[in-house]
Amino acid sequence: MLLLLFRLSFLSFFPSLSLSQHFAPTGTKPHHRISVSLNFKQRKQREEKRRMMMKLDTSGLESFSAAVPSAMAAAEDQLFAPPSFDLPAGCADFDKFQMEAKQTLKHAKGTTTLAFIFNQGVIVAADSRASMGGYISSQSVKKIIEINPYMLGTMAGGAADCQFWHRNLGIKCRLHELANKRRISVTGASKLLANILYSYRGMGLSIGTMIAGWDEKGPGLYYVDSEGGRLKGNRFSVGSGSPYAYGVLDNGYRPDMTVDEAHELARRAIYHATFRDGASGGVVSVYHVGPNGWKKLSGDDVSELHYKYYPVQPTPVEHEMVDAPPA
Amino acid sequence: MECVFGLVGKGFAIVAADTSAVNSILVHKSNEDKVMVLDSHKLLGASGEPGDRVQFTEYIQKNVHLYQFRNGIPLTTAATANFTRGELATALRKNPYSVNILLAGYDKGVGPSMYYIDYIATMHKIEKGAFGYGSYFCLSMMDRLYHPDMSIEEAIELIDKCIIEIRTRLVVAPPNFVIKIVDEDGAREYAWRESIKSPDVSMA
Repeated sequence: MLLLLFRLSFLSFFPSLSLSQHFAPTGTKPHHRISVSLNFKQRKQREEKRRMMMKLDTSGLESFSAAVPSAMAAAEDQLFAPPSFDLPAGCADFDKFQMEAKQTLKHAKGTTTLAFIFNQGVIVAADSRASMGGYISSQSVKKIIEINPYMLGTMAGGAADCQFWHRNLGIKCRLHELANKRRISVTGASKLLANILYSYRGMGLSIGTMIAGWDEKGPGLYYVDSEGGRLKGNRFSVGSGSPYAYGVLDNGYRPDMTVDEAHELARRAIYHATFRDGASGGVVSVYHVGPNGWKKLSGDDVSELHYKYYPVQPTPVEHEMVDAPPA
Repeated sequence: MECVFGLVGKGFAIVAADTSAVNSILVHKSNEDKVMVLDSHKLLGASGEPGDRVQFTEYIQKNVHLYQFRNGIPLTTAATANFTRGELATALRKNPYSVNILLAGYDKGVGPSMYYIDYIATMHKIEKGAFGYGSYFCLSMMDRLYHPDMSIEEAIELIDKCIIEIRTRLVVAPPNFVIKIVDEDGAREYAWRESIKSPDVSMA
């Protein structure tokens, strides 16, 4: 609303400047149009009164009245119109525009990411599809972001938001290391990110991320989102496919799995989510965070996984077509 | 959806809260502690938007500690409640916090007390109170069954009855609850009431 008022005042302000410029007594060479148009001013003024446009009302400037009706009046109108431009679409009601912009972002968490802690560390897995409504814009998005060699972040929500703020978090973690001569804990890193996101609350950031890492206290996993929430836990899944992934993950989870079993569980959970959720797909990436940092375990295309888990069964033939015996 | 309730007994005050962290239909975790121990003799049970809840209660906790560091003596429960209400009121017309708070504390000489602080900075000193959908069931039960100067056993029995009633009648009832108590010996966790246990991870 403030923007609208400013624009109005700006428009009303600007023409007066231009008019005084036209009629400056000294220095300026009289504009060719002025000498011709003095006759048309009255006509223009009357036209303006009739029209309901956002133009300056020059009825107070009597000296420009001219009484010559002419076909040129319309053209003169445009020549003498105060310099203006059409307001951009949506700015007639800026608050509504802002609300609509936020609404379009609401669908943006089209993804499936998961992470869980087990005895051997943390497993982090994600799909790689980016969708804009019903259009798949990319099948090869890196949704697991390497903050530093022992911490990973997952991406759900706005890709730019996640990438930028994770990179920013990496910078802050490095600064912490330099200032304190020791690595930052996962608790500290997640709290840094959560505080930043909290201060931008309500401004349209869309981030649903998990910070996973290994610090002095062992494996750590936090869920941080752009509403300001921060949760410490052992198992999380974020994104539109997360309920599907939770179903498989919760059922197969045991704290005492081996790394291979955990790897397979994560891959399977993401695969099942991509099968049922249209906004998830592409390639399943699985990472493992151990005491010496993270390591990428695998990146498998989801459609290939499908045929691996559910190979095509040859269908039994009911009637075999046999050539008619030669007569 | 988030239930926080509490009552004042003889020489103690109890605050109970559910422990689910929920995001639309998804339960992210079932063991989130929503009753914060402000200092040695104060409890702050809070419900509301996740970011606001954690940030605001931590802000209050740090300010309470700061007062103690600066002045050498802890704040009284009444002073803490008024400070909390003041912070909510100041932020209300600019950048409001959506947090509902039950503050319980024990002061030497005064005894136990409990304050109800709304998200729009309403404050009342109360003997029993509740927030959330659970309040629809708990408030009338507490009105009926509460009497002043209850013993700890009676109070825990009443809290348990409230929890059972919530589980029975609320459509999306939270499975687990935490109960914390504050008396002259300090503020501490009393019990968890769990109907769903998450598997514990034993660290390597």
